[in-house]
Amino acid sequence: MDQIRLKTLDYSLFYGEFRALNRINLEIPSNRITAFIGPSGCGKSTLLRSFNRMNELIPGVRTEGSVQLDGGDIFREDVVSLRKRVGMVFQKPNPFPKSIFDNVAYGPRIHGVRNRSRLAEIAEESLSRAALWDEVKDQLHKSAMALSGGQQQRLCIARAIAVKPEVILMDEPASALDPVATVKIEELMNSLKKNYTIVIVTHNMQQAARVSDFTAFLLTDENRAGNVIEFGPTDRIFTSPTDRRTEDYITGRFG
Amino acid sequence: MKKKRVEGVMKTVLLISALSSVTIVLLIGFFTVKESLPAFRSIGCWSMLSGKVWRPGQESYGIMAMIAGSGLVTLGAAVIGVPLALGCAVFLAEVAPGWVAGLVRPSVELLAGIPSVVYGLFGMVVLVPAIRGIPVPGNTGFGLLSASIVLAVMILPTIAGVAETALRSVPRSYYNGSLALGATRWETVRRVTIPAARSGILSAVVLGLGRALGETIAMIMVIGNSVVMPEPLTDNPLSVFLSRARTLTGNIAVEISYATGLHESALFATGTVLFILIMVVNFSARTLLKAGAGGEVSR
Repeated sequence: MDQIRLKTLDYSLFYGEFRALNRINLEIPSNRITAFIGPSGCGKSTLLRSFNRMNELIPGVRTEGSVQLDGGDIFREDVVSLRKRVGMVFQKPNPFPKSIFDNVAYGPRIHGVRNRSRLAEIAEESLSRAALWDEVKDQLHKSAMALSGGQQQRLCIARAIAVKPEVILMDEPASALDPVATVKIEELMNSLKKNYTIVIVTHNMQQAARVSDFTAFLLTDENRAGNVIEFGPTDRIFTSPTDRRTEDYITGRFG
Repeated sequence: MKKKRVEGVMKTVLLISALSSVTIVLLIGFFTVKESLPAFRSIGCWSMLSGKVWRPGQESYGIMAMIAGSGLVTLGAAVIGVPLALGCAVFLAEVAPGWVAGLVRPSVELLAGIPSVVYGLFGMVVLVPAIRGIPVPGNTGFGLLSASIVLAVMILPTIAGVAETALRSVPRSYYNGSLALGATRWETVRRVTIPAARSGILSAVVLGLGRALGETIAMIMVIGNSVVMPEPLTDNPLSVFLSRARTLTGNIAVEISYATGLHESALFATGTVLFILIMVVNFSARTLLKAGAGGEVSR
């Protein structure tokens, strides 16, 4: 059995009075890729953003139950140190309007690394892990905005890696990219899981089937609250789902 | 057929309105320069610019003192007003909750609506007596410091408004990206939002400086208007700000009503210098903007 990295216990999230996530119980294994799938509005992105507490930026958000990282309650942890441990890659590539180097060095600098040669090491290592080093090593001081969309997204992955997180959350990381760039991102995820726990939200079921080891299927109930319908190894979810609704969704009967 | 004609007419109307503003600028520029030519010709361009003595009775027309006055008061206003305005802009764009911003923003905007003569009055009645309290021999309260403070408040709404817009136009995704890396809100504003809004902030400052250079009536009321080179009143060079001075704008406004002949032409020459100064400010701002855009690719 895999080691558990992230765990939710009867976790619910409310926007004011509205319950957006309903009693979620999940155990996300370490060094695996876990995919959240489900139709639009089922709460999969909200659930993903719970792990680094990005939902707290929205006024009126309230939670019940607990979310644990390595057994510790994330709501008791300082949010800055939590986000250092749980990195995030967004749907649309969002490099800062700075040089490639400054993008990657941003996180380490925030967390107190000042030494230039140390920063250069971190940049090379992170960019290499994000499979971008060979393409940009001669233009580290060029603006990140000049890169292609796929390169920008890999830069954002490198930027997240540079602060040495344990978990990387990816919110539809390839949905704004062309097929070639998408394949690169998927290959990259595969090579990253050796060192990181990856949680990905995706609309694309083929993508979930291709890259993930575990899959959680989410669906809204009659009150429009998101529930986890089924969770398990991706092979099993896609070949012999136990819940009728999961089967309907993955065979394309709705959603 | 009819549509096509309307299209053509509209195009012409729009072209005329666009051209009219260009024409007006050119006309004013041409007129000012033309009227100042006699002065430049008979006094000499250089001796006029570098001359420190302005005594129309003795046909002495040096405007260096006024250039220094305008320059120093603008510098003073920038030193006081720019940090204040940028702080205000960052507060409104990034820190204040909606309802607080809803109270603060209109009052900042209201500052822009106060007539400049009222600023002058405020300066005369409140600031000048207060500054007169600084125990330095020769300090009358009227002078560069009073004028700088008045001017700082006057340019505050311009700079704060444009800078706030620039800060607000920075995509939210940068902000979220930075927070997700474990940065605090303040680190994010300082290291991501402000640098990303740099060019807009810079143009805000320059707009403010342009306004400062052109301000007239409030300056006349508090700066003292004596036509001498501003000089420190004590050993401390900063006491230059307690010295009385006159701005380029004030020079024109105070004397034009009775000036004739060469004197009148010299006042137009003052206007030409002012014109050029403001153009230089705008031009250097644009160069800075370009450098700033290149600076995004930092070393």
